[in-house]
Amino acid sequence: MARVIDIQADPEFNTAPAYERKDFTSDQTIRWCPGCGDYSILAQMQRTMPEICRELNLPRENIVFISGIGCSSRFPYYMNNYGFHTIHGRAPTIASGLRITRPDLQVWVITGDGDGLSIGGNHLMHCLRRNIDVKIVLFNNRIYGLTKGQYSPTSEMGKKTKSSPFGTVEKPINPLSIAIASKAGFVARAIDTDSSHLRKMLLRMARHRGSAFMEVLQNCNVFNDGAFSDFTHKSVKSDRTVYLQHGEPIIFGKNNDKAISLRGGASGSLEPEVINVDESDRSEILIHDEAASGTAGSALAFLLAQLETPDFPVPLGVFRSIDKPLYGELLDDQIVQAKNQLGRGDFFKHLHSGDTWKVN
Amino acid sequence: MSYRKPRGRVQDSSLGTFEIDNVIIRFAGDSGDGIQTTGALFSHDSAIVGHDISTLPDFPAEIRAPAGTLAGVSNFQLNFSSYEIHTPGDKPDVLVALNPAALKTNLKEVRHGGVLILNHDAFDEQGLKKAGYTSDPRKDESLSGYQVYDLPITSLTVAAVESSWLSRKQATLSKNMFTLGIIAWMYDRSIEDIIERVDLLFAKKKPELAEANKLALQAGYNYADTVEVFTARFRVSKAVLPPGNYRRISGNEATALGFLAASEMSGRSLFYASYPITPASDILHELSKLRHFGVKTFQAEDEIAAIGMAIGAAYGGALGLTGTSGPGVALKSEAIGLAVMTELPVVIANIQRAGPSTGMPTKTEQADLLQALHGRNGECPVPVIAPTTPSECFNLAIEAFRIAVKYMTPVFFLSDGYLANGSEPWRIPEPEELPEFEENYCTVPETFAPYARDEQTLARAWVVPGTPGLEHRIGGLEKEDITGHVSYDSENHERMVQLRAAKIQAIADDIPDLVVHGPQKGDLLVLGWGSTRGACRHAVEYAQANGLSVAGAHVRYLNPFPKNMGKVLNNFKYVLVPELNLGQLRMILRAEFLVDVIGLNKVQGQPLSTMEIEEKIYEILGATLPSAAHG
Repeated sequence: MARVIDIQADPEFNTAPAYERKDFTSDQTIRWCPGCGDYSILAQMQRTMPEICRELNLPRENIVFISGIGCSSRFPYYMNNYGFHTIHGRAPTIASGLRITRPDLQVWVITGDGDGLSIGGNHLMHCLRRNIDVKIVLFNNRIYGLTKGQYSPTSEMGKKTKSSPFGTVEKPINPLSIAIASKAGFVARAIDTDSSHLRKMLLRMARHRGSAFMEVLQNCNVFNDGAFSDFTHKSVKSDRTVYLQHGEPIIFGKNNDKAISLRGGASGSLEPEVINVDESDRSEILIHDEAASGTAGSALAFLLAQLETPDFPVPLGVFRSIDKPLYGELLDDQIVQAKNQLGRGDFFKHLHSGDTWKVN
Repeated sequence: MSYRKPRGRVQDSSLGTFEIDNVIIRFAGDSGDGIQTTGALFSHDSAIVGHDISTLPDFPAEIRAPAGTLAGVSNFQLNFSSYEIHTPGDKPDVLVALNPAALKTNLKEVRHGGVLILNHDAFDEQGLKKAGYTSDPRKDESLSGYQVYDLPITSLTVAAVESSWLSRKQATLSKNMFTLGIIAWMYDRSIEDIIERVDLLFAKKKPELAEANKLALQAGYNYADTVEVFTARFRVSKAVLPPGNYRRISGNEATALGFLAASEMSGRSLFYASYPITPASDILHELSKLRHFGVKTFQAEDEIAAIGMAIGAAYGGALGLTGTSGPGVALKSEAIGLAVMTELPVVIANIQRAGPSTGMPTKTEQADLLQALHGRNGECPVPVIAPTTPSECFNLAIEAFRIAVKYMTPVFFLSDGYLANGSEPWRIPEPEELPEFEENYCTVPETFAPYARDEQTLARAWVVPGTPGLEHRIGGLEKEDITGHVSYDSENHERMVQLRAAKIQAIADDIPDLVVHGPQKGDLLVLGWGSTRGACRHAVEYAQANGLSVAGAHVRYLNPFPKNMGKVLNNFKYVLVPELNLGQLRMILRAEFLVDVIGLNKVQGQPLSTMEIEEKIYEILGATLPSAAHG
């Protein structure tokens, strides 16, 4: 009658079937507002999943979505994987505990700007710095949607909301700055409306070994409509965004005529500037290097993360992707080494170790 | 007629060796004086030579309070005996005071007529002033009722370790060892055994210190042997303990070993996530050493992360464990609610300390009972169990996981600082003596539903990620009965609240009845919980020996209570609950059983003494406490 489920021991489960998008759609009715950017992110995840499973030879049941609280955090209910809708801000902790004890699983965290950067900021930082193999997708809509319209830690200064009728008096936080400062191995940004780029980014996250962080700029059409339209609207997008490509010069504009340069760097400053491609030396254009190691690598990623409209285009794509030792592997190594040195622990021998005495 | 176990008394007599039954020694000095090491060494030796022992370490929260001040005094009390004992003892027979502050803070508790061993060198003008003495207690009447040995311990130690390479300042650090040498002589111990142990502890890490310590130990022993200051030495017979292999164990060590046992017995890996906090950190230290058992420990960024990780591990099929003290539990409360709602097996060990807020981190208290029972939002029942002795922490740690896994619920393991740091001899169990650990995976029927329940235990199935075909979603939102879908249905909510409550209540069928020691009906029941057991038991035994109609019982299961609790309470005219809070168990018993329970409550950061409970027993029964019992 009792059924012991030991999936790790059973090789039969380790071959992933060929999936389609519908295999990742749960039977739950989606409860986001019509027109919400979350629909697109969900759709791209469901569409990317078959590819992720095929490429990584992962069965559906070995993928887990863990979320906190907020609109974005309803996400796991709509994926037909294992899912855990936890408490506000704490998803990275639950994901960490799961991933460390279950290296066979691919664990995703779905969070938002309030969940991930306000109440859960501490956990986000520590999950990333430890390099626990968890993929964190942060939906940034710069507003609290579920509680119906208060400002969030990414809301722009002066923003008028229900809880700030006279405008906020606090500076917003930049999610990518936090991720880069926490030494995340993978840092990316996408927007909800560019579905093919978003899918590429999700696939890149899945491939990355180690903690991966992506900010998805997501429109809340009810409480913060058009939050990003000053650079995502069709009419301005190509002039106000730039897609980062590894090893390529950072060039943008309708006519590919503008570029990011650090040429001021020669005089000791690190001020980026927008230069005209035709009027400049090619060598002055910054070449994107997502894999740059050391201080220069994180400094460059940090610098790119600071670029904002109207002075600069908003960079999208992979800011940083470097390999680092995984927390789980380092811990498992310690276990292997301890067993090699001391032998597999023998419980009763252990109880009798140290100073004991016999009473007759 | 008065009845008391014979007490070991140090008294004037001509030089010779006297047989006595037990001795209570308190070592006291500055936090930097190595008092805890001294106490642990002598306790260990006492256990090895066959005595029953009970210890009470008591130290300030500050690593180093200003030297010589009252705030910086660190104590270690040891009761060693030729018969079974359950407490570190009420009043020390011997006080070793390495400075005036140590004398001042401890003198009032020393048995009248007891021995005081003082460090003469520390009783200078400055030392006396720091301790707040306006006149030298050795020269006025303050110490007239005691036997005082005022010895130049610092200078004798420095002279003894002269041959080592240590500076004078470093050399003075060995004065605790000199003192230990004196005590070893007084109680007829082999100094070689203690020296061997010092070697074992220090030789590798600090060879110079080990050398100095050994010289000081030997010098102290020789000093006592030759100078004829001491008029007698004493021998305590071996205690009659059940046969077996023994080791000395503290509550936190036993707790860690019990959790390891649960992992070994269940075949599930143990995952311990914790944020360092006094007095729970030793559990983290102990478990961190066990990598070769596959134990994974995780020092989390905060208390909330620690329980989150434990829940994540439990979700994945491991034994998820977190440990903390009261302030940490306050932070974990929301996550414990999540574990209740998602019905996942995690164990939360709360090593209680004096609160509220930061309170007194190194001092003991039992004031988190109501927090464990009720400190969450919503109707949020969690089983609560509490060990009663350091060694019992082992069995109850296993029991905590047995209940968690079988009933798919978080479980509170409620220890306290007194149990955590106190130690006693522990008979190491044989494999066949380990309590049973029934894994109840529940049946997974053909048509799986995440919140379908086992008929008997009402537990849902523990279906972990990676199980093909059973993909499902859980979370903190209210669940629809059986399907586990999110539900705001009002009747469903009430049904789920009732189901969660019924599941925890049903555990009462699966735990032992409350055992009453003494008459099953009578005038007074002394009902305790947790670490007050030793004092309660001694007090009840003394009262019984004096012919009073008194029984004792100690409850380990605080939620749910044993099934016979109500019946037991009603068999006595009076019920007394001694506890280290303002009456938390008493409040619950009154509410649940409508019995007019009397409280004996103490919140001084110190354990209850046998005497305090005895006095209350006699007061309730209107009897006169035999004067001999006052000692």
